[in-house]
Amino acid sequence: MDRNLGSNTTGRGLSPLPEPISWFLMDVFLQSLKYILLGTGITVSVTLIALPFGFILGLVLALMRVYGGRILTNLAATYGTLMRAVPPVVLLFLIYFIIAGSINISPFFAGSLALGIISSAYQLEIFRGALQAIGSGQMMAARSIGMKRGQAIQYIILPQALRVVIPSWSNEAATVVKDSSLVYAIGVAEILRRAQFISARTYQPFLAFSIAALIYFGLTFLTNRLLDSLEERVRIPGADMN
Amino acid sequence: MTVLDLIISYWPQFLAGTEITIKLTLAGLGAGSILGILAALGRVYGSSWIRRVAIGYIELFRGTPMLVQLFAIYFGLPDFGLTLSRMTAAYLVLALNSGAYQAEYFRGAIQAIAGGQMMAARSIGMSRWQAIRYIILPQALRIVIPAWSNEPITLMKSSAVVFLIAVPDLMTQSKIVASRTYQPIASYLVAAVIYMALAFGMTSTLGVIEKKYKIPVLEIESHRG
Amino acid sequence: MSTPIIEIRNLSKNYGGKPVLKDISLKVWEGDTIVIIGPSGTGKSTLLRCLNLLTRPDSGSICLDGEEITKPDSDADEVRRHIGMVFQDFLLFNHLTALGNVTIGLTKVLGMPPADAEAKALKELERVGLGDHIDKYPGQLSGGQKQRVAIARSLAMDPRVMLFDEPTSALDPELIGEVLEVIRMLSEEGMTMILVTHEMGFAREVADRIVFIDQGLVVEEAPPDDMFYRPRTERTREFLWKLTELYGHRSKDEAGTAP
Repeated sequence: MDRNLGSNTTGRGLSPLPEPISWFLMDVFLQSLKYILLGTGITVSVTLIALPFGFILGLVLALMRVYGGRILTNLAATYGTLMRAVPPVVLLFLIYFIIAGSINISPFFAGSLALGIISSAYQLEIFRGALQAIGSGQMMAARSIGMKRGQAIQYIILPQALRVVIPSWSNEAATVVKDSSLVYAIGVAEILRRAQFISARTYQPFLAFSIAALIYFGLTFLTNRLLDSLEERVRIPGADMN
Repeated sequence: MTVLDLIISYWPQFLAGTEITIKLTLAGLGAGSILGILAALGRVYGSSWIRRVAIGYIELFRGTPMLVQLFAIYFGLPDFGLTLSRMTAAYLVLALNSGAYQAEYFRGAIQAIAGGQMMAARSIGMSRWQAIRYIILPQALRIVIPAWSNEPITLMKSSAVVFLIAVPDLMTQSKIVASRTYQPIASYLVAAVIYMALAFGMTSTLGVIEKKYKIPVLEIESHRG
Repeated sequence: MSTPIIEIRNLSKNYGGKPVLKDISLKVWEGDTIVIIGPSGTGKSTLLRCLNLLTRPDSGSICLDGEEITKPDSDADEVRRHIGMVFQDFLLFNHLTALGNVTIGLTKVLGMPPADAEAKALKELERVGLGDHIDKYPGQLSGGQKQRVAIARSLAMDPRVMLFDEPTSALDPELIGEVLEVIRMLSEEGMTMILVTHEMGFAREVADRIVFIDQGLVVEEAPPDDMFYRPRTERTREFLWKLTELYGHRSKDEAGTAP
């Protein structure tokens, strides 16, 4: 890991403006990039655990919120409101300490689960909006041919709601990618922590964190692109959808 | 030590931290609004050069984690000879970050008004700038309120990460209390409740403001982020 | 007299304290085409929604083929398999093709095998004149075509009664005719139907009986010619007079009057 670094300590923090161009030619840049880039796998993994978890939990809660009886509706609404009123970092710490206190799992898993739980509150709101947007007319039509409520939700409402929701969900997905940087605070060796390490070893903090920023930018950009193309692929011909 | 004991013993710390959090939030919100309006105007009405700068700023700060921005500015700017105190860095990053998101809210509101109103304003002889100042902006600033009203709470939540550069906000104080009492869950729970209370306070205040400044009949749905 | 296929007794419904239906009683026999007319907001749609239990009435009863469907323990989903409804704003399932819209009730509600469902759906869509559009999505169809798909969707369930809630009110004028044609065809084929509409000319041609509802009560019920030419109450006369003012006297001339 630190085989090629460490000894090339050119350009200390105290010197005047280093020339940007020389960065690119410098060994330091390439080595830093490679090292930090390796953290991308962790970041992506955290996201790929948190997002689906939040999706399922959020969707179930949204269904409770929109179609449940009074108790379920209020339960889901309270969950959503409370969880969204607290900073993700605070929730991350809380959930992490609670989970880590009960079972023996790594910060990586605890952090990913915590992020999933946090995201579920926001996804709850997104799905709620989509379900209500599709809502009552379509439900009425489905009931009028004799469908049960559950059938109507499964075959009529959800297929439409899940399409309508993609733009907002794309935002949430990008947010989770960015929030994954918070697991830095519980010691997970993802992009930011690696950047921190590089920054300490090379005395080039701006370089290190700029690289980190660029990688995150790339990730959010990719996420948005992927979801845009998904939206295209599932688009219903002729639909302008509300 | 129960949660109650914790609160009784350490409420000065929590209070001090809350004060800093509120300061950060309000300052970030204010500065961010100005940045946001400017960026939005630049994006809608600017020359192609200004537009590119505005878009670049908005995309950069919305597409990267605020924590990374914070580290880059606080730890990284000294590379260029610009050393900021932690508070200044925190204020700066919060303002820049919030400004980028607010720019999108304002852009949505401006574009919702823009076409027809601009046409009407120009047709009575107003210059572009006059139209923006007297016709477009006043209306945009009103209809943006529903979408914008998410921003204060969002900003307050983002502000918590400044604990990682040791700014003495509520999160930092909670961490200190947690390490002193060996009661992380209780400490962070207290912090969470305080944040909830602050969020509730903000929502109520915003509700009042929204009612007071509503233009009757102007019920155009503005973009949500 | 045989049992009426639908019997409504003393039906009432309030919305938010305000009475929308006050005391409605009506008998419909098999094969009847009943047209309900009346001022807007007087509960005509509400009455239809009570009939297929999309809304539960506050008091009174409704019987389908002698069985009371307004009993508290009645299975509303089961009832709705036998009463079809066509809505003013079509309410097609946007994510399904025309064929899909018709087959989904057959496969998911009636449990028909997909091949049979498709065959039946095709038949119904051809019946309403849309055999060439089965693979189009609602977004690709005109208003008249959408409504005809909606009719096919309900017909495919082989209902005992068809309810039409202002089926042409949301259509552009030139598209109204194609939908009315289908409804007329169904009426002539003997389908029992209850139709709420503003199309008075059509009502006169198609209805066996016309029911005038105002302020939540049945004001008058009569065959079309009696209703239009020999109305018995003042209120009926007032309402019809307002309509002829708007639409022009149909009996008078062909050229130049309102549509």
